[in-house]
Amino acid sequence: MSSKKETPIKTIGFVFLVCLVCAALVSISASSLKPLQQANKLLDKQTKILEASGLLEKAGTDIVGTYNQFVVAKMIDLDSGAIIEGNTDIFDERADSRNIAKSSKPESDIAGINRRANRAVVYLVNNEQGKLNTIVLPIVGSGLWDLMYGFVGLAPDLNTVRSVVYSDLKETPGLGAEVLNPRWKALWPGKKMFNDKGETAIKVVKGGAKAGDIHGVDALSGATLTSNGVERTLHFWLGNEGYGPFITKFRDGGLN
Amino acid sequence: MSSDTKKVLFGPVVDNNPIALQVLGVCSALAVTSSLANAMVMTIAVMLVTGFSNLFISLIRNQIPSSVRIIVQMAIIASLVIVVDQVLKAFSYQLSKELSVFIGLIITNCIVMGRAEAFAMKEKPGVSFLDGIGNGLGYGAVLLVVAFFRELFGFGTLFGIEVFPLIQNEGWYQGNGLLVLPFSSFFIIGLIIWAIRQWKPEQVEKD
Repeated sequence: MSSKKETPIKTIGFVFLVCLVCAALVSISASSLKPLQQANKLLDKQTKILEASGLLEKAGTDIVGTYNQFVVAKMIDLDSGAIIEGNTDIFDERADSRNIAKSSKPESDIAGINRRANRAVVYLVNNEQGKLNTIVLPIVGSGLWDLMYGFVGLAPDLNTVRSVVYSDLKETPGLGAEVLNPRWKALWPGKKMFNDKGETAIKVVKGGAKAGDIHGVDALSGATLTSNGVERTLHFWLGNEGYGPFITKFRDGGLN
Repeated sequence: MSSDTKKVLFGPVVDNNPIALQVLGVCSALAVTSSLANAMVMTIAVMLVTGFSNLFISLIRNQIPSSVRIIVQMAIIASLVIVVDQVLKAFSYQLSKELSVFIGLIITNCIVMGRAEAFAMKEKPGVSFLDGIGNGLGYGAVLLVVAFFRELFGFGTLFGIEVFPLIQNEGWYQGNGLLVLPFSSFFIIGLIIWAIRQWKPEQVEKD
């Protein structure tokens, strides 16, 4: 197999050489493919945002063009709800929520996210006439197995639901992962997030929501924990520790 | 193609299948077989990793000091797996989102290490490369059969195209909930092993 004269120096030298070649191979492939990977990641996010704002069909294959034409991203400070400066392109919610300096522990962590980033990016989506049509808010919360990342699209009254679109989850295929089923997503548009008193009233109803219930959406059969996760995620993000301050400010017209 | 080459390349598909006969690499076969598309990508990834790890290890087989040979093999395999993962992220982002965890776990797939140690350390580079590709094919053949049954009867689709319309989409087919879950592959792999051994009785172990 190997040469018979094996000395420690030769062994260490050989291992060093192999590691050097392997490291070079890995770093060359990682750095040369990085632009493509980032473009893919961005394209995926833009696709989901267009889907959440109902523009995906119109966009067809021109995701980037449609996105740039209709969508404006704004960085906000979640505690105050005010729009702040910041590069929305490189903002990474997941990295920020792991960074102690850039995140905080919610007092009532009903969504099970552990830490919440201090900042967030919201997406203001215009219609053809250049009028604000949909506000897309990123959401995250625990499902059955792991965190589920997605977007919720709201009409400019910040009450009427346009869509709930999940982009990244590890739920059971056929059960919890049915949150991606177009038929379930179709239950959301038109529902109201808040009741007349301004409380978060949206709920996912096991056994099916009553006809005409403006706050109720059918739960997924066989996926109670995922369904509960969706409800809690929405309650958390629409509440005071989520986009609550932003929503209040927005309704008062304090954004412009 | 000479008969020897054929044997090295296609032997692992049925006669010496890494999953069915050697019972290696079963863990990842459970996880990635919920859909044919996933199984296909995993097959290609494993094929490339086994092929090239065999090739590179065989190229330096006479230089590898035997005291550290496993570590050297691991370094090569791990590098190749990272490269495959990076390529997948760059060219097929959707699939990589679903498969990234399992691609990383190819490192621990016993087939790769097993072929490096049992074949590539002894044989010439060309034939080692073919052996790696062949074993990847054998692994993939089982994966695709398992995925075919799991996707068809679990979700009513093949490659994502609807074959049996599901009740939740107002069709008539109630998806089989067992087949949706990873451990159902145990039953299917068991049945495949049984079927192959019925066909080729020489694979049955003697008591």
